[in-house]
Amino acid sequence: MRAKKVTVFPEPALFNPLTFDAEICNGCNMCIDVCQVDILYPSPEEGKPPVVLYPGECWYGGCCVAICPRPGAIELRVPLANRVHWKLKNLKQDTKTG
Amino acid sequence: MKDQEIREMEWPYPIRWGKEKTVNVDVLILGGGIAGCWAAIAAAKNGRKVALVEKGATIRSGAGGSGCDHWESAASNPCSRITPEELIQAMIRDNFGYNNGVSHYIECREGYDRLLDLEKMGGKVRDIEDEFVGAEFRDEDTKFLFAYDYVNRFTLRVWGTTFKPALFKECKRLGVDICDRTMATRLLTEGGKQGTRVVGAVCVHGHTGEFIVFKAKATVLCMSRPTRVWLFSPGLPGISEFRPPQCTGDGHAMGWEAGVEFTMMEKSVKGEWSGPRSFPPYGTGNTHNTWYACSMVDVNGREIPWIDRDGNILKSVSDRYRPAPGQKFFLKGGGESEFPNYETRGPDILPVDELLERGYKLPFYADLPSMPELERKAIWGLMVGQEGKTKIPILGAYTKAGFDPNKDLLQSYGDGWKSGAFLPQERQLFGLPGGMVNDWELRTNLEGLYAAGDQLFASNCHGHAAATGYYAGRHASRYALEASSPEIKSSQVEAEKKRILSLIDRDFGMGWQELNAGITRIMQNYCGEVKSEELLTIGLKLLKDIAKEEASELRARNPHELVRCLEVLNIMTNAEIILHSCLARRASSKHLHFKRQDFPDIDPPEWHKFVTVRHKNGDVVVGERALDYYGSLEDNYLAHNQDYLQRE
Ligand SMILES: Cc1cc2nc3c(=O)[nH]c(=O)nc-3n(C[C@H](O)[C@H](O)[C@H](O)COP(=O)(O)OP(=O)(O)OC[C@H]3O[C@@H](n4cnc5c(N)ncnc54)[C@H](O)[C@@H]3O)c2cc1C
Ligand code: SF4
Ligand code: SF4
Repeated sequence: MRAKKVTVFPEPALFNPLTFDAEICNGCNMCIDVCQVDILYPSPEEGKPPVVLYPGECWYGGCCVAICPRPGAIELRVPLANRVHWKLKNLKQDTKTG
Repeated sequence: MKDQEIREMEWPYPIRWGKEKTVNVDVLILGGGIAGCWAAIAAAKNGRKVALVEKGATIRSGAGGSGCDHWESAASNPCSRITPEELIQAMIRDNFGYNNGVSHYIECREGYDRLLDLEKMGGKVRDIEDEFVGAEFRDEDTKFLFAYDYVNRFTLRVWGTTFKPALFKECKRLGVDICDRTMATRLLTEGGKQGTRVVGAVCVHGHTGEFIVFKAKATVLCMSRPTRVWLFSPGLPGISEFRPPQCTGDGHAMGWEAGVEFTMMEKSVKGEWSGPRSFPPYGTGNTHNTWYACSMVDVNGREIPWIDRDGNILKSVSDRYRPAPGQKFFLKGGGESEFPNYETRGPDILPVDELLERGYKLPFYADLPSMPELERKAIWGLMVGQEGKTKIPILGAYTKAGFDPNKDLLQSYGDGWKSGAFLPQERQLFGLPGGMVNDWELRTNLEGLYAAGDQLFASNCHGHAAATGYYAGRHASRYALEASSPEIKSSQVEAEKKRILSLIDRDFGMGWQELNAGITRIMQNYCGEVKSEELLTIGLKLLKDIAKEEASELRARNPHELVRCLEVLNIMTNAEIILHSCLARRASSKHLHFKRQDFPDIDPPEWHKFVTVRHKNGDVVVGERALDYYGSLEDNYLAHNQDYLQRE
């Protein structure tokens, strides 16, 4: 039935769109407030990086990264299968992935 | 860095299931993307009391929230060499008449006014830092930068990452009541009946589950268009489609229930974008849109030729930005239209098949290093950087990984800018898809109900959303000034609350992902590339079956899941609108990408018209309108907008 108390279990992500550096992040939660898909939630522990509750729903637009006031605290990871390749124009050299 | 350590946590927001609050406004805007913000600004400037309901976070929400690099069709800017009338006629002809003459004429006429407004709000629309002095695409007096057709100058290059926060700030300044994290779920109608005046909406909060009932004299729908009808990725649902995942076409579904008239909903195209299948948008080497007109080479460094509309090889990079000999102007270039009209067809590279025949070797690459310096800087740094979803995931990430636009070749995959291959039954609403029918006030067929942006039929683009949003907001507020006070039928509110609460009252049931995947399978099977009476009828029956059986087991465990479940129920309604529309057009059509096996004649003259559908007491009413139902564009525009022309 309709529960007053709701508990959630962050499940292991099939794809992990974001990584946080807990040393740099101060838990200001600005990234949470800007996320239009609402995949991020405040950590139960004050001052800690947000919880990525719904990683699969990320749109990969990076507005969370753009608004973060502490460079390096949050990083967007494009899924491996979607990364592209490039190579130096003037060299016969191995392709790089980014 | 460590993996998330949290294993179980309490829902971080207060839970308010079943609680309700009522808000009274003059003008209610549903959807806080580009069109919604502009509608709110127009209505608030006219002195109305305005609420803006946004499912996400208005500051960056919507398809245009993260950026915009090109502002199309600003034909009234002082550098344009063509008139709004010339441009709109070309846009209509380019689509064989299947276009929204009203809304795109508004875009051509007023889009530039909105750019100037944006500048006053703090958005960046000109090269004030003089980074591009001397570029062929720069006007030295105004410092505007142009894209595509450098001679005729009607599409501007802009710094669109600055736009959404500026709009958000302006809404706040004007006293708009911004309701973020709030999903509109149902339109309220006079007497609770279908087809009557719209008097407000029921909404639910995505953090608390609380109901918010809005009473409004006028309502403007700005919730974009349907997605995830054919395409769904269970692993990466957030990038199942090009547009943001919470843009599921809720406005279409709500409109259908209320009795709104739709057209062109039979049009769908083979998938062009979908996250798991294609590469990050604008993140691969290509020649289109944001990357127009980048040089390309094959794997051995052989340069790929560019041609004009007559197949003549273009000698210089600069030629790619000019009309062909004898051509007045071109629309976009880079093969963006599948059936380009010779009259306005732009330059492009040779088709891939022909390149392969001529011995060009895959893979191909974008050759930024060989582009003239200012062109390279315009593509990599301005366009890639300001375009939606590029600043962090492309410009930022590639630069960090070592990509150097002066030295590196960026690989291209598959067919042009789509950078992903799809099966014919993997379809989506893209380009100029169907939507709500509008009149000259951007009103729908229902009194008190207006629509703007991608909610309208045959709509797309940022400038179009801005111009139509402002226009709809203006006309809605004029109506609200004289309209009587709205009466809400409480039984309609109660029925909606009951529908929503049933989703959380289940102890066991199906998750929204499974239902979404089930709907897309039905649509791929019965509404794929080739359609027929039999297939479509089976599709409708199966949809009805799952609506009755499986959908009644849909279950949400918290307010976030509740929003996702309600979206999928809307997707089911949108699938139904599409199937009915496909049944209603009993002829195939090239420009509508519409193949009926049982009516194989392509575009017979008697079907060269808009077919419309609407819902009435459980039945579907099919109608039609002439392709030029909107009459003379200029005369009608002038007749309906004297106040704007005199005041602003
Ligand atoms: C990555 C990307 C780049 C683009 N770049 C360009 C460009 O450079 N130039 C250009 O002209 N066009 C561009 N476009 C297209 C352009 O952004 C869109 O056409 C435009 O944003 C449409 O505006 P809109 O207001 O109709 O929809 P949106 O801006 O998408 O807004 C719809 C809003 O409605 C909200 N919403 C949905 N359902 C509900 C509900 N039930 N209740 C409350 N709120 C709801 C959504 O959260 C969203 O904020 C781009 C699109 C994308 C995806
Ligand atoms: S990339 Fe976008 S959708 Fe993903 S978490 Fe950041 S803001 Fe949210
Ligand atoms: S990642 Fe950045 S924005 Fe998010 S909580 Fe940490 S410091 Fe704040």
